[in-house]
Amino acid sequence: MDNREKVVVVRDLYKAFGELEVLKGVDLDLYREENLVVLGRSGTGKSVLIKIMVGLLRQDSGSMEVFGKEISRLGVRELNEMRLKIGFSFQNSALYDSMTVRENMEFPLVRNIKNLTKKEISLRIEELLDAVGLPQTINQMPSELSGGQKKRIGVARTLVLNPEIMLYDEPTAGLDPITCVDINNLINEVRARYKTTSIVITHDLACAKQTGDRMAVLLEGQFGALGTFEEVFPHAEDQRIKSFYDYNFINS
Amino acid sequence: MAGQSTTRKHVFSRKIDAFFKGLADAWNFVKRFFQEVFVPPYEFKEVIHQCYRIGVESLPLISLTGFIVGIVFTNQSRPSLSEFGATSWLPSLIAIAIVRAMGPLVTALIAAGKVGSGIGAEIASMKVTEQIDAMEVSGTNPYKFLVVSRVLATTFMIPVLVMYTDFVALMGAFINVNANELVSISTFFAQVFSSVTFLDVFASIIKSLFFGFTIGMVGCYKGYTSSKGTEGVGKAANAAVVISMFLIFIEELLSLQIINLFRIK
Repeated sequence: MDNREKVVVVRDLYKAFGELEVLKGVDLDLYREENLVVLGRSGTGKSVLIKIMVGLLRQDSGSMEVFGKEISRLGVRELNEMRLKIGFSFQNSALYDSMTVRENMEFPLVRNIKNLTKKEISLRIEELLDAVGLPQTINQMPSELSGGQKKRIGVARTLVLNPEIMLYDEPTAGLDPITCVDINNLINEVRARYKTTSIVITHDLACAKQTGDRMAVLLEGQFGALGTFEEVFPHAEDQRIKSFYDYNFINS
Repeated sequence: MAGQSTTRKHVFSRKIDAFFKGLADAWNFVKRFFQEVFVPPYEFKEVIHQCYRIGVESLPLISLTGFIVGIVFTNQSRPSLSEFGATSWLPSLIAIAIVRAMGPLVTALIAAGKVGSGIGAEIASMKVTEQIDAMEVSGTNPYKFLVVSRVLATTFMIPVLVMYTDFVALMGAFINVNANELVSISTFFAQVFSSVTFLDVFASIIKSLFFGFTIGMVGCYKGYTSSKGTEGVGKAANAAVVISMFLIFIEELLSLQIINLFRIK
């Protein structure tokens, strides 16, 4: 029996968009300070799963408990309180393009933590920009940043509220291989430094191998495999998982 | 043949469904504004910022258009009045036309084109790039921050812009009248103020509030509910302008009927 603390418990989760069934009975346990990688082909519902976790989408049936609370039953205020414990790093970084990097990071901070002095806000922002290795970008606009820099600033912005859970939606999508490695290192550094629990959504097996303690492979709306990288991939019997592995490590 | 007819009926009924669903969505969107506008936290800073953007940044275009409208309308009205030897009535005619209808309409239509499309495109682009979702997951109410602030700003600023347009258009008209009829500015404005009633100004401000509300609400709604990626951004901006203009004309027609009730009394 596993005695580690479960921070997320998903049971029999269903979600459909019209006639398209995306999640068909997903079960998942996420343990404190664990990095779980959710893999799967495009359109298999990986992002839908974490969007349900932060209340951006609502499941059709089943349960999604975070820190022991069912997300779909939370009121607006409770949901917002819960969201402060969950950092969401978006696929396209989702930086507010009319604001500078400093304003992007100030935005969640000043709205959620009252009575902070300007000095405290500046210190927090500078500390996080140092942590992601981009202190020089503080006064730049998002349009002046590269793809990799945007991802890093996006991560820094989510860390500004000290989340306990980090959700990374396709953190390496659209980046060159070297920048991918940087982002993977950043994900590991964030966990080590801020003691976060993470879910990384990706279809990049190199990212999965580098960042994940466990892998969960979404196949046709359910987890087809769950375990460490070595348990899930190299000798997979399921042809779909095998071909996923082969395409990532052989064909590419 | 029977199959084709059934398919056509099916498509037609789906379109009707979609239309009514769209109406219900729009109604809920508007209703949410009134539910959220009075509830804290208030986004004063963002409202002021939007007022600045909508008001100050529209000034050059509004000034130019208002001034030209004043000159052109005066020029176009002169021949008709001169036929009856009534060119001395020009300031009164122009003042009434500008304050009652042309000022609010011209301002609202320009604002629908400039501000409404801008709001629609901005919010749609934020939606497409997940910035609205990012706001929501960081504990900020995006509806309040983006929609309420912009709708309040357009509602407050359009009447201000209308009064400014009225003034600029009257100045344009004065320059034209002065050049042709040698009327002094004091005489011109004395005639303007004697012909414009409180009801004219009051009604103009009230309907401008509605115009402003419409421009902001339609722009925000089309942006907030946009889809289909970057294509959706263009569609949202376009729809914001077209629907706003359409509604502005309907509101103008309705306001005319209502104001006329008061005038008859």
